[in-house]
Amino acid sequence: MIIPAGWEAVIGLEVHCQLSTQSKIFSGSAIAYGAEPNSQASPIDLGMPGMLPVLNVDAVKKAVTFGLSVGAKIADRSVFARKHYFYPDLPKGYQISQYELPIVYEGLLDIELEDGSTKRIGITRAHLEEDAGKSVHEGFQKSSGIDLNRAGTPLIEIVSEPDLRTAQEAVAYLKKLHQLVVYLGICDGNMQEGSFRCDANVSVRKIGAPKFGTRTETKNVNSFRYVEKAIEYEIERQIEVIEAGGTIRQETRLFNPDTGETKAMRSKEDANDYRYFPDPDLLPVVCTQDYIDAIRKSLPELPEAKRARFVAEFGLSDYDAKTLTSSRELASYYEAVVAASGAEAKLCANWVATDLLGALNKMSKGIEESPITAEAFAALLKRIADKTINGKIAKDVFEAMVAGEGSADEIIKAKGLVQVTDESAIIAAIDDVIAKNPQQLADYRGGKDKLYGFFVGQAMKATQGKANPDALNRLLKERLAG
Amino acid sequence: MHTQTIAQLAAGLREKKFSSRELTQHFLKRIDAHDGALNSYVTITAERALKQADAADAVIAAGNAGLLTGIPIGQKDIFCTQGVRTACGSKMLDTFIAPYDATIVEKLDAAGMVMLGKLNMDEFAMGSSNETSFYGPVCNPWDKTRVPGGSSGGSVACVAAGLAPVATATDTGGSIRQPAALTNLTGIKPTYGRVSRYGMIAFASSLDQAGVVARSAEDAAQVLQAMSGFDPKDSTSVERPVDDLVSGLNTSIRGLTIGLPKEYFADGMSAGVRERIEQAIATLTKLGANFKEISLPNSPLSVPTYYVVAPAEASSNLARFDGVRYGHRAEGAKSLEELYKRSRGEGFGAEVQRRIMIGTYVLSHGYYDAYYLQAQKVRRLIYDDFKRAFADGIDLVLSPTATDVAFKFGENSDDPVAMYLNDIYTIAANLAGIPAMSLPCGFVDGLPTGFQLMGNFFAEARMLNVAHQYQQATDFHTKWPTEYAS
Repeated sequence: MIIPAGWEAVIGLEVHCQLSTQSKIFSGSAIAYGAEPNSQASPIDLGMPGMLPVLNVDAVKKAVTFGLSVGAKIADRSVFARKHYFYPDLPKGYQISQYELPIVYEGLLDIELEDGSTKRIGITRAHLEEDAGKSVHEGFQKSSGIDLNRAGTPLIEIVSEPDLRTAQEAVAYLKKLHQLVVYLGICDGNMQEGSFRCDANVSVRKIGAPKFGTRTETKNVNSFRYVEKAIEYEIERQIEVIEAGGTIRQETRLFNPDTGETKAMRSKEDANDYRYFPDPDLLPVVCTQDYIDAIRKSLPELPEAKRARFVAEFGLSDYDAKTLTSSRELASYYEAVVAASGAEAKLCANWVATDLLGALNKMSKGIEESPITAEAFAALLKRIADKTINGKIAKDVFEAMVAGEGSADEIIKAKGLVQVTDESAIIAAIDDVIAKNPQQLADYRGGKDKLYGFFVGQAMKATQGKANPDALNRLLKERLAG
Repeated sequence: MHTQTIAQLAAGLREKKFSSRELTQHFLKRIDAHDGALNSYVTITAERALKQADAADAVIAAGNAGLLTGIPIGQKDIFCTQGVRTACGSKMLDTFIAPYDATIVEKLDAAGMVMLGKLNMDEFAMGSSNETSFYGPVCNPWDKTRVPGGSSGGSVACVAAGLAPVATATDTGGSIRQPAALTNLTGIKPTYGRVSRYGMIAFASSLDQAGVVARSAEDAAQVLQAMSGFDPKDSTSVERPVDDLVSGLNTSIRGLTIGLPKEYFADGMSAGVRERIEQAIATLTKLGANFKEISLPNSPLSVPTYYVVAPAEASSNLARFDGVRYGHRAEGAKSLEELYKRSRGEGFGAEVQRRIMIGTYVLSHGYYDAYYLQAQKVRRLIYDDFKRAFADGIDLVLSPTATDVAFKFGENSDDPVAMYLNDIYTIAANLAGIPAMSLPCGFVDGLPTGFQLMGNFFAEARMLNVAHQYQQATDFHTKWPTEYAS
């Protein structure tokens, strides 16, 4: 979509990111996805009388980890507040969140635009809060069911500055954020299961206008593609309304993935007065400098630093480095392969990025489910490096490994694929091919250079593909030259 | 048996003069005989009590008894009890049975105490006369035409009439101390955070604190000792060892400095109450205490501050009672909104609804700064007044507990502001979080009255020591309402 000339969109995102703690933020209940309804809901989660919240310190640690990774400030004292509204899946009649004093504030994230340039996006704040439960409307006659398994799941809500200008920028920001939280190990990033959800605030204005236009908030857009579509729809809709002489109402809208449209849900006038006030059941969260420093020390290498190191240390192209650092698991896998194989880092990169990822893609598997461990994969590359097999044979061995036929060495041995490096054997094969193809030889010597490939193929075939390609090339050229 | 102190009862059990089962049966019989008129119990748990008594008798027989083993107790119906209804004085929870015990219930069970039943109270502890209870008013054993005070009306009436040796209670703005004063009992509200709030139904979380009503400071000290302590399930409970509240009771109070806040002795209390309190001051002076006039200049702001903070927190705490998961649910609601409105409209009484409305208002957008935030600032000033006094060498502060003796039913119930002024002397301690207690100091026209002691954080032991010394020198606390003495 191209934004019409003279117009500009202003976009800010609010991302709800479920923290992958063992238990809920204020109770000991588990937070596993997909459990039997209400089997992970304790009296605390149910908002029973007399029940009190007790803060899960791991949620605090994960929030601080996030804050440090985006260069944000960590509040030495942050405060939980109650946000009130009535809804059946909100057991206490209020959500425990943070309001005036969030734990993380003033961070930033650099995103990469399509033209290769980078843009710095401000992160206003990230605060800790509890998730609500779920209303279930199917399968009940004239009533709804409530599943409170999710109630109390720890979240951080990450609020960006209105620094984004296009749907593509918004998606780039979201993807970057998603990669980051998964890298940090603070969120499983599963968007289908709702572990990473996004609300988009969108407004439009004439370029150069001093103030932002009135914004709408589109709720719960749960895939990168939907975010892009929802924002594009909103931009287009708002410009149309204004150009037709109308005004934008400040309202909450819902995205319908089937139609690709957003629809008004409630206006600002209907909005709840949340009546925030500090939760008297919880003490302020105090983060000392020592505590923050200890978390800083335990931060993993972040994607950008890793990517730069892969370029510098392994001599990879920026493209390969980006691919191989797209997830922490993949990067670790690659590094383990390099270390164990002793093969050239670039060769390893090609094999991991192209062959292994290709095969995994076909199986719809992630690197952590790879049928070949890094050690086993390294053993294969080692055989290329020490010239036991050549690259072509290695592809066959790789396929066999994917099929579960054994280790590289077992397959090489069982199929007799050891590379022929004995030059007399190669010469014999070449001479045989030349002798059998006098016409082609004459043509080649007469200037038909293209026939060289024919001889390579025939000679390779004669060695069942096992000839060392370097040796074969050198010897073939000698023999053909006569 | 019902006129004996806890120490006497414990000795009787140890010496096999009677068993815990006999003691329990004695109280159950008295409840049966007298509570029809008093209405102090909303639930009597005879079967559970006898089972606990038998277990206690076994412990006693094995020679493993503690001081409280086998001693009966009444539990205010604000503390959740597993398997026994906890209604909190409200129709909203008339059918509510918690699947868990409050921490203090667990602790007193573990100490071997025998729960006789659950005690009547103002609805959600909101009231000063026990007239807001869904289960009807409680009568004052000293004069059944008068209120016992509130919100712990059932707790004080049952102990004053000898229907339990001791009872638990809670205090958000005076709900232990004012009823104790009106029924000739000793009631103590410890430092905020000393007793766990886990399983205690919240009224105003930053003010609520559990405590005891008893017939003497010694009895109160023994039970409070067993209730106190850090609880990892309550983030606001304080991680600090519990002082020995009992061993120092006999310490001399000579040289102790007690502050008399001039603001508390201005107009407000009745002439009879003033006279009794002056007499108490004279008695304590004889025991060696020094008195000094002090000023707590912000104390006149206590009531307005309290009536912003407490309703604000209450409006939030009571939001969970929506008819969806438990509690009263309106029948035949056609929409979600109707379900909410009718469930809450039918389930809550007038006083609770009034406070929810006040609380909702003061937290609303545009009013928050003027009310709630302002009240929190004043609260700080009230706390600073006490801090200054204690830093200036004041050990304890003495004041009236209530403006007058028990009033008649209906006297204040049409005028909420007059009712709220009942708490004028007691509220500051809740706002400041400091411990406070009330103890008997004589009678005005045959009706009991009391005075209040307030101490610095965690000064419970010192306060109880002074109270005990006072009670060694006086006999007011040993007096019984005639009808219930024998």
